[in-house]
Amino acid sequence: MLALNNYLIISAILFSIGTIGVLVRRNAIVIFMCVEMMLNAVNLTFIAFSKYLGNIDGQIFVFFVMTVAAAEAAVGLALMIAFFKNRESIDVEDINVMKW
Amino acid sequence: METIPMPAINFAAVMPETILSVFAMVLLLVNVFVPGKQKAYLAYLSLIGIIAAGVSVFNAWDAPLALREGFNGSVLQDNFSLFFKGIFLVSAALTLLISDQYLNRENCNHGEIYPLILLSTAGMMLMASGTDLMTIFLGLEVLSVSLYVLAGFNRDNVKSNEAGLKYFLLGAFSTGFLLYGMALTYGATGSTKIGSIASFVAQNAAVTANPLFLVGMLLMAVGFSFKIAAAPFHMWTPDVYEGAPTPITAFMSAGPKAAGFAAFIRVMIFAFPTLKADWSDLLWILAVLTMTVGNIIALSQDNIKRMLAYSSIAHAGYALVGFAAGNAEGAAGILFYMLSYAFMNIGAFAIIVLIGKKGEANNNIADFAGLGFRRPVLALLMAIFLFSLAGIPPMVGFVGKFYLFSAAIKSGFIWLAIIGVLNSAASVYYYLRVMVYMYMKDPVEEFDWVKVTPAIALSLLISVAGVMIPGVVPGYLLQLAQKAVLF
Amino acid sequence: MLESLFFLIVAAVAVISSILVITCKNPINSALSLVMTFFCLATFYVMLDAPFMAAIQVIVYAGAIMVLIVFVIMLLNIRTETGRKTTHAILAGSIIGLFVLFQTCYFLTKGTLTGTKGAMDTALVEKVGHVELIGKALYTDFLLPFEITSLLLLVAIIGAVILSKRKI
Repeated sequence: MLALNNYLIISAILFSIGTIGVLVRRNAIVIFMCVEMMLNAVNLTFIAFSKYLGNIDGQIFVFFVMTVAAAEAAVGLALMIAFFKNRESIDVEDINVMKW
Repeated sequence: METIPMPAINFAAVMPETILSVFAMVLLLVNVFVPGKQKAYLAYLSLIGIIAAGVSVFNAWDAPLALREGFNGSVLQDNFSLFFKGIFLVSAALTLLISDQYLNRENCNHGEIYPLILLSTAGMMLMASGTDLMTIFLGLEVLSVSLYVLAGFNRDNVKSNEAGLKYFLLGAFSTGFLLYGMALTYGATGSTKIGSIASFVAQNAAVTANPLFLVGMLLMAVGFSFKIAAAPFHMWTPDVYEGAPTPITAFMSAGPKAAGFAAFIRVMIFAFPTLKADWSDLLWILAVLTMTVGNIIALSQDNIKRMLAYSSIAHAGYALVGFAAGNAEGAAGILFYMLSYAFMNIGAFAIIVLIGKKGEANNNIADFAGLGFRRPVLALLMAIFLFSLAGIPPMVGFVGKFYLFSAAIKSGFIWLAIIGVLNSAASVYYYLRVMVYMYMKDPVEEFDWVKVTPAIALSLLISVAGVMIPGVVPGYLLQLAQKAVLF
Repeated sequence: MLESLFFLIVAAVAVISSILVITCKNPINSALSLVMTFFCLATFYVMLDAPFMAAIQVIVYAGAIMVLIVFVIMLLNIRTETGRKTTHAILAGSIIGLFVLFQTCYFLTKGTLTGTKGAMDTALVEKVGHVELIGKALYTDFLLPFEITSLLLLVAIIGAVILSKRKI
């Protein structure tokens, strides 16, 4: 059996790549995809822990994270469509009617 | 066929949430049959739901342990969570009362706003009473997802679109950190139930030295700091507060912030008691940064919603002072402060709703010029709320701040208290600036005839009573808050 | 030996495809790379004795959520990002991201699994079945969170209708 740390490190790498993506990309949909990638990295951590602890709680948590991701996807994409209707763009640099 | 043994369910422990959810679903149905001009009835109907939930909160106060626990340790409706539930209900009720007029003016009077407010209140309640990381996480998500929608509710207004989208992107981003923290905590302790985590930590001192546990605590603190808008995780606040519909801004600054504090306090105190020195230092830094950043940037704001957004960041900083103190007085101070903040802030936003014009116009501080002569009553009320926010006696804001800072002094954080007092003094400047405009300048343009509906009048009345009465005689509420933190 | 070789291959594919997600100019390419990452994660779940989670990872994430995202990308007809100057964002993002990466890797390699061990192992999963284990836990210990998800989905439905329906 592989050591737990292998899984933890791959999930940390995916989480960091997702974080970089959120900070670097400007397209709102791509940013959202990067957030999904972060959540998936966390899911991997949960399932790895669940396996090595011999305890099913972590997998149940993953189940709920997936539900949340679906709900967020529905609402987030609806927000993007509403924004696009008014601005014809979903570039976050166009989210600038209000000054910082 | 094997039967599955069911754990004790005990619906009494989630009664207020159940009432609110049922009312939300009823409202969705009723909404279809209510014609467009009469959506105000929905506000009154949801107010009934809030009152019913309030009655069940009132009944559950000091209930025996058997009635508080439910769902196999997923939820615990203790006095602490009941006090917070009271705060959420107050902020939801005041928001409902001020919504109708705004929505009519902005021409987006869709009845769905009321079920969404009720459901987000149910989410907050689950966050406050959740004793399982899953319950807290899902409560937080019910709250956040409905707030994303509410922030973008005025969908023909570009600012509202932006607010919703920005809140969504940053909120989802912060959820990632919170969740990672929960995962690592689960790995270090082997459970997601806060009770099991607490007993595990008490029996195995070694877990404190485990980096997974420490990093889990840090990441969860980052996630919650996003939700309570503590600096340096406050970047989303000004834009979202400015762009969201005004009643929703009022709601966001009072309810969800209190919910964030409720979950934050419960997780830190119960799951990480052995790391108290670490999180107390962390909160010390967060509190100083939050107060200072909020107050300094608020000084230069012209839009009043934006100014109140920065002021709300600063107020989260004051509450963090009590949290950093880490004692019972500090926690009681947060409870008291969050309740009084709901009254004074939503009161101020009610005036902004009344003064504003269609298309979110008339929201600059300069637009308040001469209000004191043209609309003396409204200006007086605004002055009361602003004085309370600035922490000037005999308003409730003073009592709350006094209590928070004295808790910090009691646990030896004298410098923190001094920084807090200095910040509070600096904040008087920008609150007074509004008052200078109201009473010492001539109006730039005439005010429209402000129609004060009975709903808004009622919400103003409740807010003023909530600001003045506990400000003069704080004893009763303080006792309740102290009783609530006896875990 | 074979297992670690397999792990390394899947891990390499996962990392490469996730890097592609954040480097592709065209959102559709990003979305397809993300689907690839999700499949790699599903493979990991199978390796970790969680076949049901692997199945719903493919069905819910790769099947439902990504289809929704691709659909919206097509609907909005998003062009590829134009080359505006974003070096400062890329620099700041990379620094923060690498910081997060080193921090977590450092702590994770030092970290140990201290939690209470439970009774679930490969033998039990094979004997009882993964779906049954999940279902039992979901409907007994975690009944309340399960009920909350229904509220969450209700909120999401109301939100999606309110925000994007043409005429309300």
